[in-house]
Amino acid sequence: MSQLLEAIDLVKRFPVRSKGRKKLLHAVDGLNFHIDAGETVGLVGESGCGKSTLVRLLTRTLDSTSGHVRFRGQGIGLIAARAMADHPLRREIQMVFQDPTDSLNPRYTARQTIAEAVHLLTDTRGWAAIDSAVEVAAAQVGLPPELLDRYPHQLSGGQKARVGIARAIVVKPRLLVLDEPTAALDVSVQAVILQLLDRLKREMAMSFLFVSHDLNVVRLLCDRVMVMYLGQIVESGPAREVFARPLHPYTRALIASLPGGHGNDADLLVGGDPQSPIDPDAHRCRLFGRCPRGAERCQTQAPPLREISRGRSAACHFVAPTEREVFIDAALTVHKLHLPPARRAALTTEFDRVADMARQVQSVRLPDDTAPAPQFRP
Amino acid sequence: MSALLEIDKLSLEFRTRSGIVRALENVSLQLPEGGSLGLVGESGSGKSVLSFAVLGIQDAAATITGGTIRFAGTDLLADGGSAMKTMRGRELAMIFQNPRVALNPIRQVGRQIEDVLLRHTALRGAAARARAIECLADVRIPDPERRYSAYPFELSGGMCQRVMIAIALACKPRLLIADEPTTGLDVTTQAAIMRLIRDLGREKGMATLLITHDLGLARDFCDKLAVMHAGHIVEVGPTETLFRTPAHPYTAQLVRATPVGQERLENLASIPGNLPDLRRGDLPPCRFSERCELRSPACATPLPNLVVSPGHLVGCHHPQARSSP
Ligand SMILES: Nc1ncnc2c1ncn2[C@@H]1O[C@H](COP(=O)(O)OP(=O)(O)OP(=O)(O)O)[C@@H](O)[C@H]1O
Ligand SMILES: Nc1ncnc2c1ncn2[C@@H]1O[C@H](COP(=O)(O)OP(=O)(O)OP(=O)(O)O)[C@@H](O)[C@H]1O
Ligand code: SF4
Ligand SMILES: [Mg+2]
Ligand SMILES: [Mg+2]
Repeated sequence: MSQLLEAIDLVKRFPVRSKGRKKLLHAVDGLNFHIDAGETVGLVGESGCGKSTLVRLLTRTLDSTSGHVRFRGQGIGLIAARAMADHPLRREIQMVFQDPTDSLNPRYTARQTIAEAVHLLTDTRGWAAIDSAVEVAAAQVGLPPELLDRYPHQLSGGQKARVGIARAIVVKPRLLVLDEPTAALDVSVQAVILQLLDRLKREMAMSFLFVSHDLNVVRLLCDRVMVMYLGQIVESGPAREVFARPLHPYTRALIASLPGGHGNDADLLVGGDPQSPIDPDAHRCRLFGRCPRGAERCQTQAPPLREISRGRSAACHFVAPTEREVFIDAALTVHKLHLPPARRAALTTEFDRVADMARQVQSVRLPDDTAPAPQFRP
Repeated sequence: MSALLEIDKLSLEFRTRSGIVRALENVSLQLPEGGSLGLVGESGSGKSVLSFAVLGIQDAAATITGGTIRFAGTDLLADGGSAMKTMRGRELAMIFQNPRVALNPIRQVGRQIEDVLLRHTALRGAAARARAIECLADVRIPDPERRYSAYPFELSGGMCQRVMIAIALACKPRLLIADEPTTGLDVTTQAAIMRLIRDLGREKGMATLLITHDLGLARDFCDKLAVMHAGHIVEVGPTETLFRTPAHPYTAQLVRATPVGQERLENLASIPGNLPDLRRGDLPPCRFSERCELRSPACATPLPNLVVSPGHLVGCHHPQARSSP
C-alpha cells in the first residue's frame, strides 16, 4: 500500500496566559504517522488530548507551529489555512466536523449545502445532475428526501450530522477525516453510516481518519488505531491487536474502563489530576501521576515511541523489549555504537527485512533436500 | 409521590414552507421529585423538541396545539409561559445537545457560570468566582482556575460540553433536562459526569430527564424509560422491564439494535425503514405501522393505551411479551 498522508514531527502550540504570564499550550506535540491509501485509521484519546487540533492541522484549517504534512508525496503543511479553500487538494481531503451545528450554514437548506459541495468541488454540472448526486448522497447516509429542503434549525441533531457526512462523501475525496461523526447518531443510523464507510473504503479505496471516543466502533471499523494522550501518540498498531492485547498503560486503562468490559481493575488509571498541557516537562512521561505503573524513572526520562513488534508501537518504559530489540541492543553494544531512538526505527525495519529474507530462504527447497539419497550399488 | 413534571397530551406543530410538521402528538409523561426518566428513540423522533417545549424555548414557527405542562403544580403554558421564564435556569435547567452553540462565544466560560450564579443565588464577588471554579472542577475540567478565563473556542469539544453541564448544575436545579449530555466524552469522563448528576439527584432531590440514544447509559442511570417514535411516546415503564420484556415492537427493535461487543460490522442491525414524513395529511394512528412486522388491519384504528403492568404502558394493538408475573 502506498502512503497517502504523512505527518512528520507535527507540532501545534497555542499561546495562552496563565497567572498573567504568557505560556504555550502544547496541543499537538511532535507527531509522526502515516495513513495508507485505502486504510482506515482510528484516533482515540481523552477529551482535550489534541485530536481535533490534529485534524485541523491535517485538513489545513489551522496552521502548524512546526513540522510537515505530506499528501500523496506533496508537502501541504505550508499551504496557509486561508489559501486552502481555493487549493486543488481541497477536493481530495474532506472533513466531517465534531459539532454539525457549528459547521452548517444556517441560511442553506440541506439540499443547498450538499449541492454547493458538488458544484464547487466536483466536475458534475447542470442542475439535474447535481440534484441527483445530492439525492444519492442523502440516501446513502439515510437522510429521508423530505428533509432536504429544511434549514439546519429545522433538523434534529442526528439529521444535521447526516447532512455533514453527505456533504463530505458526495465529493468522493481520497481522504475523509471524521471527527466524532457518530456521537449524535442513534445506534440504528450509526450502523447505516459505519456500513457505508466500510463500503466506500472497499469500493473506492477511500482512506479515513476516524476520531472517536467509542472504542467499540473503532474496533469494528478501523484497520489501525492510534491512541493519543496529552498531545502525543502513546500507542499505535492494528486495531484488533491493540484492543486484544494493549501494551501501553493508558490504552490498558481505556479498555479496562469500558462498561461491561472484562478489563482488569488494576489497569485503571489511579486518581490524581492529569498533567497540564502548558509548558509540560520534557523529561517526564505525560501519564506520570495517573499511571498505575509509574516509577522513579518515569519522572526523569520521557519514554519515546518505540516500535515493539512489526507495526506496533508504544511509548512506555515498561513495555518489555522484544527479542528483536534485545538483538539490536546486543549488536550495538558489541560494536560500541550509540543510536538515538529515532534512528533505531530504521534498524528494526532492517531487522524485519532480514527476517523476511530468512523466511524466504527457508522455504526454498535446496536441490539436495529433495534429491533421493544416493544409491550405492553393491 | 406527586409528580414534579407532568406533561399531559401535549401536541406541537411546526409551520414550514412545505407544510405542517406534526412533531409531537398527545405526549404524556410524569417525572417524580428526584426521579430519573430516560427518553430514548431514534434520531428525529422529537426528543429535543419535547424538552424545548418544557423550557418554552421553541422556534417561532412552533405552535402548541394542545395539552398541558405542569411543573411543581404550576401550569407552565399559562400566561404565554411567564411562569416558565422565572423558573428557567434556577429550578429548571437544561444541558443542550450542541454545547458550542449554547455558550456565548465572546465571553469567558468562567464568567458565564458566574452570570448564572449572580442571577439566581446570593453569591457575589470573590465567592461567586470561587464557586464558579468549583463548578468547573466538579465536571472534571483540568486546571479549572486557568480554564475560568478561557473562551469557548479555546476549549475542546468535550470541555465545552462540560462547561455547559457546569452551568446547568451551578444552581442545583430541581429538574435537569440533559439532552445527550455525554456524547463525545470519553468513557471515564462520561462516568464521572453521570455520577455527578446522580449524586446531585440523591442529595438535593434533583429530578433528571435524560435524553440519550445510548441505551446502555439509560439502563445504568434511569429508573424509568419512555420510548419515542415519530412524535409519539410508544411505551413507558420501569427500565429493566422495558429491556427484558419490551411490549412495543419498536422498543424491541431498538433494544436489539444496541451493539454489545458485536464482532463484525455486518452484524450491526439497523431498524428497517424511516420515520414517516411528519407533514403527511394521512399519518396513520400508529406512526410505526409502516415499518412494523406485526401490522394488522386493526392498526389503522385509534391506538389503545394498554397497561401491561402497573407503571408499564404501551400504545400498540399487538403488544408483545407480557411482563412476567
Ligand atoms: N484556539 C485555542 N487556543 C488555546 N487553546 C486551544 C485552542 N484550541 C484548542 N486548545 C486547547 O488544545 C487542547 C486540545 O484541544 P482539542 O480540541 O484538540 O481536543 P480534543 O482531543 O479534540 O478533545 P475533545 O474530545 O474534547 O473534542 C485543549 O487543551 C484545548 O483547550
Ligand atoms: N423548526 C422546525 N421546523 C420543522 N421541523 C422541525 C423543526 N425543529 C425540529 N423539527 C423536526 O422535528 C422532528 C423532531 O426533532 P428533534 O430535534 O426533537 O429530534 P430528536 O429526537 O432530538 O433527534 P436527535 O436524536 O437526532 O437529536 C425532526 O424530524 C425534525 O426535523
Ligand atoms: S399498533 Fe400495530 S403497527 Fe403499530 S406497532 Fe403495534 S402492531 Fe405494529
Ligand atoms: Mg475534539
Ligand atoms: Mg435532539
